[in-house]
Amino acid sequence: MSEPQVSLPTRTRVAIFLRTLAIQGAWNYETLVGNGVGFCVEPALRRLPGGVGGEAYRSALARQSQYFNAHPYLAAVAVGALARVELEGTDPAKIVRFRTALCGPLGSVGDRLVWAAWLPFCALLALLVFGCGAGAAGTVLTFLISYNVGHLALRVWGINVGWREGLNVASALGNPVLRQGPIHIARWGAMLAGASLPLVVQRLLGPDRVVLGEVLVVVAAGAFLITRFHGRIEAWKWLLGMLALFALYSVIR
Amino acid sequence: MNPVEVGALSVLGAVLGLDVVSFPQAMLSRPLVAATLTGSFLGAPERGLLLGVTLECFALDTLPVGASRYPEWGSSSVVGATLLAMAPAPSAAALLLAVVVSLAWSWVGGWSMVQLRRLNARWASARHDAVARGSRRTVIGLQLYGMTADLARGGLMTAVGIVVFAPLMARALPRWSSGETVTGAIVMASAAIVAAGAGHKVFHAVSNTRFWFVAGIALGLVLLGVVR
Repeated sequence: MSEPQVSLPTRTRVAIFLRTLAIQGAWNYETLVGNGVGFCVEPALRRLPGGVGGEAYRSALARQSQYFNAHPYLAAVAVGALARVELEGTDPAKIVRFRTALCGPLGSVGDRLVWAAWLPFCALLALLVFGCGAGAAGTVLTFLISYNVGHLALRVWGINVGWREGLNVASALGNPVLRQGPIHIARWGAMLAGASLPLVVQRLLGPDRVVLGEVLVVVAAGAFLITRFHGRIEAWKWLLGMLALFALYSVIR
Repeated sequence: MNPVEVGALSVLGAVLGLDVVSFPQAMLSRPLVAATLTGSFLGAPERGLLLGVTLECFALDTLPVGASRYPEWGSSSVVGATLLAMAPAPSAAALLLAVVVSLAWSWVGGWSMVQLRRLNARWASARHDAVARGSRRTVIGLQLYGMTADLARGGLMTAVGIVVFAPLMARALPRWSSGETVTGAIVMASAAIVAAGAGHKVFHAVSNTRFWFVAGIALGLVLLGVVR
């Protein structure tokens, strides 16, 4: 790690952070999140010699707005790092190679940590809270607060670590939270899933123990079947079909 | 429901639809949040919560990964929660119909997001030269176009959903012939099966998670006695 040769004022960091919240605003099948990266780095590029509209600014903005793919939260790491290398005047060819190399890891690490671990964990936590008797506000706030503490912290950390590490940012992806976090979250998530489902079913069905028992047996059998067909069916679509057929039967009978 | 109410709900659906991908991805669009917010907006927070929890069990099976097509839960949850809140009385039949509509509409919403991505691609292609020249106005403009179009998409999905499905729901409910207990059991069993399967799908890659799951079930059964 080397100290940045240039500074990034707090105001610019805040502007970059706010823009990262909209990084996928122009997501498309041609450049993916590329335009969004250019959009997010832009406040930093204004500090290049010549300012907005200068040759350095225009070249850098064009470079940063090309194809890019990453998890939207972890793209902040790339944004911070790319802002630094641009402001330090790194060789453009090197920046392009660096930018290309960042795509893969930031996508897979983010998907594993956020979509496949943190999001289901927080949703299951909220379901458990609901199953224990919480009301609308308690359930929703449990989800929103827990999820967004992680979400926003990840974006802020991403910008800061990207800026701090610059071209060496790949080492930051070895952070224990990114490497081991998904494993621990998945284990606790599995426990939450087991704990929350009986409670949720009981709260929604009411106090009838016989019905609750029957439903839980059906759930266990159905879940077992679905795990057998794992990867070959999308369970929610099959169950939607069955619910739609039942609705049709109940209406026209 | 009058046009003003549909308009107000469409604004809510637009904002929540925008959250799915474009801004700020704070998961306000998750069914648990979106349906509860809509229920609260219509003076029926508990009904919204009921639908939100049920839909969340289904949503666990769908991960919003990158370029894949996934359900758009924001506007569809607003549509479903509106239908449930408008039902004359809380019932399992109303919940089941709201769940079916929300799930089906979320898939249509996913299709609309694919169309939006294609539209964004056309806009980006048409402005490729300006982007290559480093035009600040173009780069920022593309972001704003995309977000505005997404906002409009969510609002339109909500408005169309309410206008199409509210009359169908009003006609279906009086004709419902299945019992309350059976209907409720079928909805909950379906949701819980999907959620349990999703838990396996999401977490199975990590070693020993099935033991954690079994431990969770034991904890849940203990809590069942305590909570009761």
